[in-house]
Amino acid sequence: MIGVGKMKLYSNVLDKPLSKGKQEVSLSAFAFLFSELVQYNQTQVDNIAELERRLEDAGYAVGARVLELLCNREKGNRRETRLLGILSFVHSTVWKVLFGKVADSLEKGTEHEDEYMISEKELLVNRFISSPKDMGTFNCGAFVAGIVKGVLDNAGFPAVVTAHFVPIEGQQRPRTTILIKFADEVNACPYLLLYFILFSSTKLSGNDLILTHVP
Amino acid sequence: MANTACFMIVARNDIPIYEAEVGSAAKREDAAQLHQFILHAALDVVQDLAWTTSAMFLKSVDRFNDLVVSVYVTAVFKMLVCFFLNLTTHTRLMLLHDSRNEDGIKSFFQEVHELYIKILLNPLYLPGSRITSTHFDTKVRALARKYL
Repeated sequence: MIGVGKMKLYSNVLDKPLSKGKQEVSLSAFAFLFSELVQYNQTQVDNIAELERRLEDAGYAVGARVLELLCNREKGNRRETRLLGILSFVHSTVWKVLFGKVADSLEKGTEHEDEYMISEKELLVNRFISSPKDMGTFNCGAFVAGIVKGVLDNAGFPAVVTAHFVPIEGQQRPRTTILIKFADEVNACPYLLLYFILFSSTKLSGNDLILTHVP
Repeated sequence: MANTACFMIVARNDIPIYEAEVGSAAKREDAAQLHQFILHAALDVVQDLAWTTSAMFLKSVDRFNDLVVSVYVTAVFKMLVCFFLNLTTHTRLMLLHDSRNEDGIKSFFQEVHELYIKILLNPLYLPGSRITSTHFDTKVRALARKYL
Protein backbone atom coordinates (compact mmCIF):
# COMPACT_ATOMS: atom_id res chain seq x y z
CA MET A 1 0.00 0.00 0.00
CA ILE A 2 2.99 2.31 -0.46
CA GLY A 3 2.16 5.53 -2.18
CA VAL A 4 -1.56 5.46 -1.45
CA GLY A 5 -1.22 8.26 1.05
CA LYS A 6 -1.63 8.45 4.77
CA MET A 7 -4.95 7.31 6.15
CA LYS A 8 -6.51 9.80 8.47
CA LEU A 9 -6.70 8.36 11.97
CA TYR A 10 -10.03 8.95 13.69
CA SER A 11 -10.14 9.02 17.44
CA ASN A 12 -13.67 7.70 17.59
CA VAL A 13 -15.58 5.45 15.25
CA LEU A 14 -18.42 7.97 15.15
CA ASP A 15 -16.16 10.38 13.32
CA LYS A 16 -15.29 7.93 10.59
CA PRO A 17 -17.23 8.43 7.38
CA LEU A 18 -19.78 5.80 6.51
CA SER A 19 -18.63 5.59 2.89
CA LYS A 20 -17.93 2.36 1.03
CA GLY A 21 -14.29 2.02 1.97
CA LYS A 22 -12.55 -1.22 1.06
CA GLN A 23 -15.21 -3.56 -0.27
CA GLU A 24 -13.26 -6.76 -0.07
CA VAL A 25 -11.99 -8.86 2.79
CA SER A 26 -9.56 -11.74 2.38
CA LEU A 27 -11.49 -14.99 1.82
CA SER A 28 -8.99 -17.05 3.75
CA ALA A 29 -9.26 -14.73 6.73
CA PHE A 30 -13.02 -15.13 6.70
CA ALA A 31 -12.75 -18.91 6.24
CA PHE A 32 -10.50 -19.18 9.28
CA LEU A 33 -12.78 -16.97 11.35
CA PHE A 34 -15.88 -18.88 10.31
CA SER A 35 -14.34 -22.26 11.00
CA GLU A 36 -13.34 -21.06 14.47
CA LEU A 37 -16.88 -19.83 15.03
CA VAL A 38 -18.30 -23.24 14.10
CA GLN A 39 -15.74 -25.13 16.17
CA TYR A 40 -16.33 -22.93 19.22
CA ASN A 41 -20.06 -23.48 19.01
CA GLN A 42 -19.54 -27.21 18.58
CA THR A 43 -17.86 -27.38 21.97
CA GLN A 44 -20.73 -25.54 23.62
CA VAL A 45 -23.67 -27.63 22.47
CA ASP A 46 -24.83 -31.24 22.67
CA ASN A 47 -26.84 -31.66 19.48
CA ILE A 48 -27.07 -30.51 15.91
CA ALA A 49 -30.25 -28.46 16.24
CA GLU A 50 -28.69 -26.33 18.95
CA LEU A 51 -25.60 -25.77 16.81
CA GLU A 52 -27.73 -24.67 13.87
CA ARG A 53 -29.67 -22.33 16.13
CA ARG A 54 -26.48 -20.71 17.41
CA LEU A 55 -25.15 -20.16 13.91
CA GLU A 56 -28.51 -18.69 12.99
CA ASP A 57 -28.37 -16.28 15.93
CA ALA A 58 -24.90 -15.16 14.86
CA GLY A 59 -26.21 -14.53 11.36
CA TYR A 60 -29.27 -12.70 12.70
CA ALA A 61 -27.13 -10.01 14.27
CA VAL A 62 -25.30 -9.56 10.97
CA GLY A 63 -28.57 -9.38 9.04
CA ALA A 64 -30.01 -6.63 11.22
CA ARG A 65 -26.98 -4.44 10.68
CA VAL A 66 -26.65 -5.24 6.98
CA LEU A 67 -30.24 -4.12 6.36
CA GLU A 68 -29.77 -0.73 7.98
CA LEU A 69 -26.40 -0.15 6.35
CA LEU A 70 -27.49 -1.12 2.85
CA CYS A 71 -30.67 0.94 3.02
CA ASN A 72 -28.47 3.90 3.72
CA ARG A 73 -25.69 3.20 1.24
CA GLU A 74 -27.27 1.53 -1.74
CA LYS A 75 -30.87 2.60 -1.80
CA GLY A 76 -30.56 6.20 -0.72
CA ASN A 77 -32.68 5.77 2.37
CA ARG A 78 -35.74 4.24 0.84
CA ARG A 79 -37.34 1.47 2.87
CA GLU A 80 -39.02 -1.61 1.46
CA THR A 81 -42.71 -1.96 2.17
CA ARG A 82 -43.60 -4.81 -0.21
CA LEU A 83 -42.89 -8.51 0.13
CA LEU A 84 -41.47 -9.00 -3.36
CA GLY A 85 -39.43 -5.85 -2.91
CA ILE A 86 -37.70 -7.12 0.19
CA LEU A 87 -37.14 -10.55 -1.36
CA SER A 88 -35.47 -9.16 -4.46
CA PHE A 89 -33.48 -6.83 -2.19
CA VAL A 90 -32.14 -9.86 -0.31
CA HIS A 91 -31.60 -11.84 -3.48
CA SER A 92 -29.59 -9.23 -5.33
CA THR A 93 -28.30 -6.37 -3.18
CA VAL A 94 -27.53 -8.25 0.04
CA TRP A 95 -25.96 -11.19 -1.79
CA LYS A 96 -23.89 -8.89 -3.98
CA VAL A 97 -22.50 -6.98 -1.02
CA LEU A 98 -21.83 -10.05 1.12
CA PHE A 99 -20.69 -12.61 -1.45
CA GLY A 100 -19.71 -10.57 -4.49
CA LYS A 101 -22.44 -11.87 -6.79
CA VAL A 102 -26.22 -12.13 -6.88
CA ALA A 103 -27.82 -15.36 -5.70
CA ASP A 104 -28.38 -18.01 -8.33
CA SER A 105 -32.15 -18.04 -8.23
CA LEU A 106 -35.22 -16.92 -6.34
CA GLU A 107 -38.27 -19.17 -6.59
CA LYS A 108 -41.75 -19.23 -5.15
CA GLY A 109 -42.73 -22.44 -3.45
CA THR A 110 -45.48 -24.43 -5.15
CA GLU A 111 -46.92 -26.16 -2.12
CA HIS A 112 -47.59 -23.23 0.19
CA GLU A 113 -48.57 -19.65 -0.45
CA ASP A 114 -45.89 -18.05 1.66
CA GLU A 115 -42.79 -20.09 0.91
CA TYR A 116 -39.87 -18.83 -1.14
CA MET A 117 -36.48 -20.32 -1.95
CA ILE A 118 -33.14 -18.76 -2.71
CA SER A 119 -30.75 -21.23 -4.31
CA GLU A 120 -27.02 -21.17 -4.62
CA LYS A 121 -24.76 -23.70 -6.31
CA GLU A 122 -22.29 -23.47 -3.47
CA LEU A 123 -22.50 -21.06 -0.56
CA LEU A 124 -19.33 -19.10 0.04
CA VAL A 125 -19.35 -19.98 3.71
CA ASN A 126 -19.50 -23.68 2.92
CA ARG A 127 -16.64 -23.70 0.48
CA PHE A 128 -13.99 -24.88 2.90
CA ILE A 129 -16.23 -26.93 5.16
CA SER A 130 -16.93 -30.64 4.97
CA SER A 131 -19.39 -32.36 7.25
CA PRO A 132 -18.68 -35.83 8.61
CA LYS A 133 -21.34 -38.47 7.91
CA ASP A 134 -22.48 -38.70 11.52
CA MET A 135 -23.57 -35.07 11.53
CA GLY A 136 -26.36 -35.99 9.14
CA THR A 137 -27.99 -33.09 7.38
CA PHE A 138 -26.23 -30.32 9.25
CA ASN A 139 -25.54 -27.33 7.02
CA CYS A 140 -23.27 -24.44 7.96
CA GLY A 141 -25.44 -22.41 5.67
CA ALA A 142 -27.51 -21.91 8.81
CA PHE A 143 -25.33 -18.83 9.26
CA VAL A 144 -26.52 -17.43 5.93
CA ALA A 145 -30.08 -18.42 6.78
CA GLY A 146 -29.66 -16.37 9.94
CA ILE A 147 -28.51 -13.37 7.92
CA VAL A 148 -31.59 -13.59 5.69
CA LYS A 149 -33.81 -13.98 8.75
CA GLY A 150 -32.22 -10.91 10.33
CA VAL A 151 -32.86 -8.84 7.23
CA LEU A 152 -36.48 -9.97 6.85
CA ASP A 153 -37.38 -9.75 10.54
CA ASN A 154 -36.00 -6.28 10.90
CA ALA A 155 -37.68 -5.07 7.73
CA GLY A 156 -41.06 -6.09 9.13
CA PHE A 157 -41.58 -9.48 7.44
CA PRO A 158 -41.12 -12.13 10.11
CA ALA A 159 -40.14 -15.50 8.68
CA VAL A 160 -38.66 -18.87 9.52
CA VAL A 161 -35.55 -19.36 7.40
CA THR A 162 -33.62 -22.60 7.05
CA ALA A 163 -30.82 -23.91 4.86
CA HIS A 164 -31.05 -27.26 3.08
CA PHE A 165 -28.93 -29.39 0.81
CA VAL A 166 -30.68 -30.35 -2.40
CA PRO A 167 -28.95 -33.12 -4.36
CA ILE A 168 -28.84 -32.55 -8.11
CA GLU A 169 -28.17 -35.29 -10.62
CA GLY A 170 -25.03 -34.83 -12.59
CA GLN A 171 -23.31 -32.81 -9.89
CA GLN A 172 -21.11 -34.14 -7.15
CA ARG A 173 -21.89 -31.57 -4.51
CA PRO A 174 -25.49 -30.81 -3.68
CA ARG A 175 -27.00 -27.40 -4.24
CA THR A 176 -27.84 -25.29 -1.19
CA THR A 177 -31.31 -23.84 -0.84
CA ILE A 178 -32.38 -21.24 1.67
CA LEU A 179 -36.03 -21.84 2.44
CA ILE A 180 -38.04 -18.82 3.61
CA LYS A 181 -41.41 -19.38 5.21
CA PHE A 182 -43.21 -16.20 6.13
CA ALA A 183 -45.27 -15.92 9.28
CA ASP A 184 -49.03 -15.47 9.00
CA GLU A 185 -48.96 -11.76 9.83
CA VAL A 186 -47.13 -11.00 6.62
CA ASN A 187 -50.03 -11.91 4.36
CA ALA A 188 -52.61 -10.31 6.58
CA CYS A 189 -50.71 -7.08 7.05
CA PRO A 190 -51.72 -5.16 3.93
CA TYR A 191 -55.45 -5.65 4.55
CA LEU A 192 -55.31 -4.77 8.20
CA LEU A 193 -53.23 -1.76 7.32
CA LEU A 194 -55.84 -0.59 4.82
CA TYR A 195 -58.57 -1.10 7.41
CA PHE A 196 -56.58 0.84 9.95
CA ILE A 197 -55.92 3.74 7.63
CA LEU A 198 -59.51 4.07 6.41
CA PHE A 199 -61.02 3.92 9.85
CA SER A 200 -58.49 6.14 11.53
CA SER A 201 -58.79 8.83 8.90
CA THR A 202 -61.01 10.84 11.24
CA LYS A 203 -57.85 11.86 13.09
CA LEU A 204 -56.41 13.61 10.06
CA SER A 205 -57.33 16.92 8.52
CA GLY A 206 -59.19 17.35 5.25
CA ASN A 207 -56.12 17.51 3.03
CA ASP A 208 -54.56 14.41 4.49
CA LEU A 209 -57.73 12.43 3.89
CA ILE A 210 -57.09 12.53 0.16
CA LEU A 211 -53.64 11.05 0.59
CA THR A 212 -54.78 8.01 2.55
CA HIS A 213 -57.13 6.88 -0.20
CA VAL A 214 -54.22 5.99 -2.43
CA PRO A 215 -53.28 2.44 -1.31
CA MET B 1 -32.86 28.92 15.51
CA ALA B 2 -35.55 27.06 17.34
CA ASN B 3 -36.43 28.21 20.79
CA THR B 4 -37.56 24.85 22.02
CA ALA B 5 -36.63 21.48 20.64
CA CYS B 6 -36.70 18.00 22.09
CA PHE B 7 -35.12 15.13 20.20
CA MET B 8 -35.79 11.49 20.94
CA ILE B 9 -34.83 8.16 19.36
CA VAL B 10 -37.54 5.59 19.99
CA ALA B 11 -36.83 1.91 19.37
CA ARG B 12 -39.22 -1.00 19.09
CA ASN B 13 -41.77 -1.44 21.88
CA ASP B 14 -41.88 2.35 22.14
CA ILE B 15 -38.94 2.48 24.49
CA PRO B 16 -36.84 5.61 24.03
CA ILE B 17 -33.18 4.76 23.68
CA TYR B 18 -31.92 8.31 23.52
CA GLU B 19 -33.32 11.71 24.35
CA ALA B 20 -31.92 15.20 24.39
CA GLU B 21 -33.23 18.72 24.86
CA VAL B 22 -31.54 20.63 22.10
CA GLY B 23 -33.37 23.93 22.22
CA SER B 24 -31.58 27.18 22.78
CA ALA B 25 -34.02 28.74 25.24
CA ALA B 26 -33.85 28.41 29.00
CA LYS B 27 -35.49 25.21 30.13
CA ARG B 28 -38.58 25.36 32.32
CA GLU B 29 -39.12 22.77 35.02
CA ASP B 30 -42.10 21.03 33.49
CA ALA B 31 -41.12 21.53 29.87
CA ALA B 32 -39.08 18.37 29.64
CA GLN B 33 -41.92 16.08 30.74
CA LEU B 34 -44.41 17.88 28.53
CA HIS B 35 -42.19 17.46 25.49
CA GLN B 36 -41.74 13.76 26.08
CA PHE B 37 -45.47 13.36 26.57
CA ILE B 38 -46.22 15.03 23.25
CA LEU B 39 -43.69 12.89 21.46
CA HIS B 40 -45.15 9.69 22.89
CA ALA B 41 -48.63 10.77 21.88
CA ALA B 42 -47.48 11.20 18.30
CA LEU B 43 -46.27 7.59 18.06
CA ASP B 44 -49.67 6.27 16.94
CA VAL B 45 -49.83 8.60 13.99
CA VAL B 46 -46.34 7.54 12.97
CA GLN B 47 -47.37 3.91 12.87
CA ASP B 48 -50.13 4.68 10.41
CA LEU B 49 -47.97 6.75 8.16
CA ALA B 50 -44.90 4.55 8.16
CA TRP B 51 -46.38 1.84 5.95
CA THR B 52 -47.89 4.17 3.38
CA THR B 53 -44.61 5.44 1.98
CA SER B 54 -41.20 4.01 1.33
CA ALA B 55 -39.48 7.31 2.07
CA MET B 56 -37.82 7.70 5.44
CA PHE B 57 -38.52 11.33 6.30
CA LEU B 58 -42.15 11.72 7.34
CA LYS B 59 -42.11 15.47 7.76
CA SER B 60 -44.49 16.84 10.35
CA VAL B 61 -46.96 14.31 11.66
CA ASP B 62 -48.61 16.05 14.57
CA ARG B 63 -49.18 19.43 16.12
CA PHE B 64 -49.63 20.58 19.67
CA ASN B 65 -50.37 24.28 20.15
CA ASP B 66 -47.53 25.74 18.17
CA LEU B 67 -45.11 22.86 18.54
CA VAL B 68 -44.68 20.52 15.61
CA VAL B 69 -43.51 16.92 15.67
CA SER B 70 -41.39 15.67 12.78
CA VAL B 71 -40.41 12.08 12.38
CA TYR B 72 -37.80 10.10 10.47
CA VAL B 73 -38.19 6.34 10.26
CA THR B 74 -35.30 3.95 9.80
CA ALA B 75 -35.23 0.51 8.27
CA VAL B 76 -34.91 -1.57 11.40
CA PHE B 77 -38.33 -2.65 12.40
CA LYS B 78 -40.18 -5.00 14.68
CA MET B 79 -43.70 -6.33 14.32
CA LEU B 80 -45.96 -6.65 17.31
CA VAL B 81 -49.10 -8.68 16.85
CA CYS B 82 -51.67 -7.27 19.22
CA PHE B 83 -55.01 -9.11 19.16
CA PHE B 84 -56.36 -8.55 15.65
CA LEU B 85 -54.37 -5.45 14.83
CA ASN B 86 -50.78 -5.31 13.70
CA LEU B 87 -48.70 -2.73 15.43
CA THR B 88 -45.52 -2.12 13.51
CA THR B 89 -42.76 -0.24 15.19
CA HIS B 90 -39.70 1.02 13.37
CA THR B 91 -36.85 2.75 15.04
CA ARG B 92 -37.96 6.36 14.92
CA LEU B 93 -36.08 9.58 15.23
CA MET B 94 -38.54 12.13 16.55
CA LEU B 95 -38.11 15.84 16.91
CA LEU B 96 -40.42 18.28 18.66
CA HIS B 97 -39.79 21.83 17.55
CA ASP B 98 -41.38 25.14 16.77
CA SER B 99 -39.40 26.20 13.73
CA ARG B 100 -40.42 25.91 10.11
CA ASN B 101 -37.04 24.99 8.71
CA GLU B 102 -37.89 21.75 6.90
CA ASP B 103 -34.66 21.34 4.98
CA GLY B 104 -32.60 21.91 8.08
CA ILE B 105 -34.62 19.32 9.95
CA LYS B 106 -34.27 16.80 7.14
CA SER B 107 -30.48 17.26 7.05
CA PHE B 108 -30.36 16.98 10.83
CA PHE B 109 -32.26 13.69 10.70
CA GLN B 110 -30.01 12.31 7.97
CA GLU B 111 -26.85 13.12 9.88
CA VAL B 112 -28.16 11.64 13.12
CA HIS B 113 -29.30 8.59 11.18
CA GLU B 114 -25.74 8.05 9.99
CA LEU B 115 -24.47 8.34 13.55
CA TYR B 116 -27.11 5.87 14.66
CA ILE B 117 -26.02 3.38 11.98
CA LYS B 118 -22.43 3.62 13.21
CA ILE B 119 -23.60 2.86 16.74
CA LEU B 120 -25.68 -0.03 15.43
CA LEU B 121 -22.73 -1.54 13.54
CA ASN B 122 -20.99 -2.15 16.82
CA PRO B 123 -21.34 -5.94 17.31
CA LEU B 124 -21.41 -5.47 21.06
CA TYR B 125 -24.35 -3.08 20.91
CA LEU B 126 -27.70 -4.75 21.48
CA PRO B 127 -30.26 -3.15 19.16
CA GLY B 128 -32.97 -1.55 21.26
CA SER B 129 -30.83 -0.80 24.27
CA ARG B 130 -30.03 2.68 25.52
CA ILE B 131 -27.33 4.64 23.75
CA THR B 132 -24.92 5.70 26.46
CA SER B 133 -21.96 6.99 24.45
CA THR B 134 -21.05 10.53 25.50
CA HIS B 135 -19.40 11.07 22.15
CA PHE B 136 -22.70 10.37 20.43
CA ASP B 137 -24.39 12.84 22.76
CA THR B 138 -21.83 15.54 21.99
CA LYS B 139 -22.16 15.04 18.28
CA VAL B 140 -25.97 15.13 18.32
CA ARG B 141 -25.96 18.40 20.24
CA ALA B 142 -23.40 19.87 17.85
CA LEU B 143 -25.57 18.86 14.90
CA ALA B 144 -28.61 20.37 16.55
CA ARG B 145 -26.84 23.68 16.97
CA LYS B 146 -25.77 23.53 13.37
CA TYR B 147 -29.07 22.62 11.69
CA LEU B 148 -31.82 23.77 13.99
